Amino acid sequence: MRYLGLTDADRRAMLAACGAADIDALYRDVPKSAVLADPLDLPLHAGEMEVERALAALAACNLSAADAPCFLGAGAYRHHVPAAVDYIIQRGEFLTAYTPYQPEIAQGTLQYLFEFQTQVALICGMEIASASHYDGATACAEAALMARRIAKRSRVVVSGGVHPHYRGVTETYFRWLGDGLDLLPPSLGDEDLAACIDGDTAAVMVQNPDVFGRLRDLAPLAEACHEAGALLIVAVAEPVSLGLVRPPGEMGADIVAAEGQPVGNGLNFGGPYLGLMATRQRFVRQLPGRIAGQTIDADGRRGWVLTLSAREQHIRREKAASTNSGLCALAFCVHMALLGEEGFRALARLNHARAVALADALAAVDGVTVENDTFFNEFTIRLPGPAAPVADAMAERGILGGVPASRLFPGVEDLADCLVVCATETVSDDDIAALTAALKEFV
Amino acid sequence: MAEGETITGNRALQIEEPLLFEMDAPGQCGVDLPDSGPFEDRLGGLERRNPVGLPGLSEPRVIRHFTRLSQKNYAIDAGIFPLGSCTMKHNPRLNERLARLPGFAQLHPMQPESTVQGALALIDTLADWLRTLTGMPAVAMSPAAGAHGELCGTMVIRAALDARGEKRSTVLVPDSAHGTNPATAAMCGYAVEPIPSNARGRVDLALLKERLDDDVAAFMLTNPSTCGLFEDEILEQAEAVHAAGAYFYCDGANFNAIAGRVRPGDLGIDCMHLNLHKTFSTPHGGGGPGSGPVMLSEALAPFAPLPWLVHGAEGLRLVERAEGEAARAIGRLKSFHGQFGMFVRALAYMMSHGGDGIRQASEDAVLSANYVLAGLEDVMSLSYPGPCMHEMLFDDRFLKGTGIATLDFAKAMIDEGLHPMTVYFPLVVHGAMLIEPTESESRQSLDVFIRVMRALAERAKGGDTAWFTGAPRLAPRRRLDETTAARQPVLRWLPEEASAEKAAE
Repeated sequence: MRYLGLTDADRRAMLAACGAADIDALYRDVPKSAVLADPLDLPLHAGEMEVERALAALAACNLSAADAPCFLGAGAYRHHVPAAVDYIIQRGEFLTAYTPYQPEIAQGTLQYLFEFQTQVALICGMEIASASHYDGATACAEAALMARRIAKRSRVVVSGGVHPHYRGVTETYFRWLGDGLDLLPPSLGDEDLAACIDGDTAAVMVQNPDVFGRLRDLAPLAEACHEAGALLIVAVAEPVSLGLVRPPGEMGADIVAAEGQPVGNGLNFGGPYLGLMATRQRFVRQLPGRIAGQTIDADGRRGWVLTLSAREQHIRREKAASTNSGLCALAFCVHMALLGEEGFRALARLNHARAVALADALAAVDGVTVENDTFFNEFTIRLPGPAAPVADAMAERGILGGVPASRLFPGVEDLADCLVVCATETVSDDDIAALTAALKEFV
Repeated sequence: MAEGETITGNRALQIEEPLLFEMDAPGQCGVDLPDSGPFEDRLGGLERRNPVGLPGLSEPRVIRHFTRLSQKNYAIDAGIFPLGSCTMKHNPRLNERLARLPGFAQLHPMQPESTVQGALALIDTLADWLRTLTGMPAVAMSPAAGAHGELCGTMVIRAALDARGEKRSTVLVPDSAHGTNPATAAMCGYAVEPIPSNARGRVDLALLKERLDDDVAAFMLTNPSTCGLFEDEILEQAEAVHAAGAYFYCDGANFNAIAGRVRPGDLGIDCMHLNLHKTFSTPHGGGGPGSGPVMLSEALAPFAPLPWLVHGAEGLRLVERAEGEAARAIGRLKSFHGQFGMFVRALAYMMSHGGDGIRQASEDAVLSANYVLAGLEDVMSLSYPGPCMHEMLFDDRFLKGTGIATLDFAKAMIDEGLHPMTVYFPLVVHGAMLIEPTESESRQSLDVFIRVMRALAERAKGGDTAWFTGAPRLAPRRRLDETTAARQPVLRWLPEEASAEKAAE
């Protein structure tokens, strides 16, 4: 077996060295009645070729978004990832390293985490950031918990425009914390979040652009929060937007919780993804997750360590909260390094331009209404009837034409006819023409 | 210049590398994008007003930067990585290739189910392997990592107790338990109470029985334990836990010692998370992403988190809402459907090994650990007598009187080209050193490891204290000042002016 390091001769010699008659002797502490008598009903080992053939056959049963005009967003965004990104993250020194518990021989990981933290803080317009979380949804839940710790209040108001998975995970995390969440209903109408704030409100959570693609000036809401002693949490599902749209930090956000997948990471059918969290310097000791910090070594040379390690599992276990996605953070960091100031802003502009072109094309289709006044690379359209069957019919035709709002918010009648559509830089004019033609046919 | 010093500070292949932000060359860019052309923006006046502050670099500079950084890392690709309970086994490259097939890597999680039947079948197949290996009937696939799996399992137990109308408030955890257990229980509203180990390094069964009552929600065991031992009274533990109406949770971090030989379901376990990045070889990636599916008993299965994967008339489908068959689900724990990219890798690993190879891998891991134990027990202090499972626990008694601490010993290993073992964990012994060689190592590699460890132990006992307390000397960095890092945290790069201003404050 190609992954095993021992030969049968090694095994015999090693058993002898251990003074064990056979391998069973080493398992003597397992209760007899729990030892499996027969091999498990599983296939036998297989060579690379056979495994590749079997899994490639499964992959071939799927419609790859790379082979279809793809207008799906809603929390996962298809961007072109430069070849250099995947090359770097597959270097064994990154791929097969552990969490940097021995910093002297993990400076590579620690330095890129420090660079990543800086990039995240910069794009969000915040002061500091953590070294990654599982995904945008868990980052939101962690942000809500963090706000409760800071404000020493119990309730968090969640806008109806926050992605349903972010809302859902936050709800699950809050399930046994008592009466902690006010979830506003999802709606394409206006909501008055400021009116929901009271003396027990720890934070208000909004998403920008929201799940329907709408942009909002959050400065007035931030002001209302701060006047009432509450925090503003801003969720960002599409960080590429931050190259063009005013960042949450400049609108008064106290915590930003975001999905990092769109930068450097592929769609991967929903995971692994990358949670981002950024906040103000004064809240640093409440920021969950790992953080890399700068220091010097015994010779006075600059270096990096994991710091504020009360959060880490090796110390103060009951307070531990480490939730990481290191290699996805590296992919983000490399892509962002390639983009740089110029590239990041150009990419964001290009996304917006594609979405504007798409919106103009769809608005011209009879029976289709664009619901958004504002958007970045994603917006909501209303069809004359239920959107889900239309999306299914388009998929049959090889077009991934948008996410039906009914999949995001099942049972909300007013949204049943809505489709959330997204155009990134990967969407061509031909793709737009294909979607327009399909909608004309199916609507 | 003294010998060994250089003009640049570089040392041949070890090249000093500045931060990306210190390499900024405005005008350089590592991507070429088409022009956006003219358009009327729809930003509603919310356009960014200020530069982001990102540095400009060409592609070759970016590649060189990260290549140089990579050369400052130790990795399983470079040598033995015997971190106990972390299971640093070989990461097969076939798995990487398969995870990148466009039919997997380029699937959007919100595609209509009809277009992703192959992906859903992959999840279903992996779930099947896991059910067979554990002998447990149900699995929640979505948790993102081991700690997330523990959260999931504890929530499921809480939900099941709520459904039974029982209010229990305590989770019992052995004092040798894996690091994150107590935090998890606390998040679900449970207080954690430790159960001491006995002189044999196992859970003290009498104390466990004494403590179990109708206030105990669950007993969270790690088996094999972080002392590297199989809990030989586990059947009695299970009986006692169940008699008290509590659930038996097992941390599956060390499943790699027994996979294919013992099924946790046969041990009376109700709930167990697995770490695909430990037992099933998905790469640790310098700290994630992991994947932590949670195995559940029949009684706990109805409370599994969303989404559920079910067989329907038109193939596989996802239940994304707590209704119908999933009405009692605890809700969602993560966006979308779990760490799918890790599922591909883990399944490729399992199919490569097969049922026979998984068993062989477990046996080899245990044999290798016992071989190292036998090679070191006369020069180091073994905490509990063997045989051990896939890892063995030493403490610092053999260093007594030398002025050398466990940490110093670990740092001296770095200069020898070895990654240190897990240190100071578990907490049940003083100056713990937990060594897990894994089945990936050849006998030659194990022999080198044993030889170096023996020589270091002899040197320590010989009183060469400074050799250890001054180590490492040859790594990219010598010991780093963690105290200053925590007291005056510098957590991001700042432009020079801003940095100076901050220092003046």
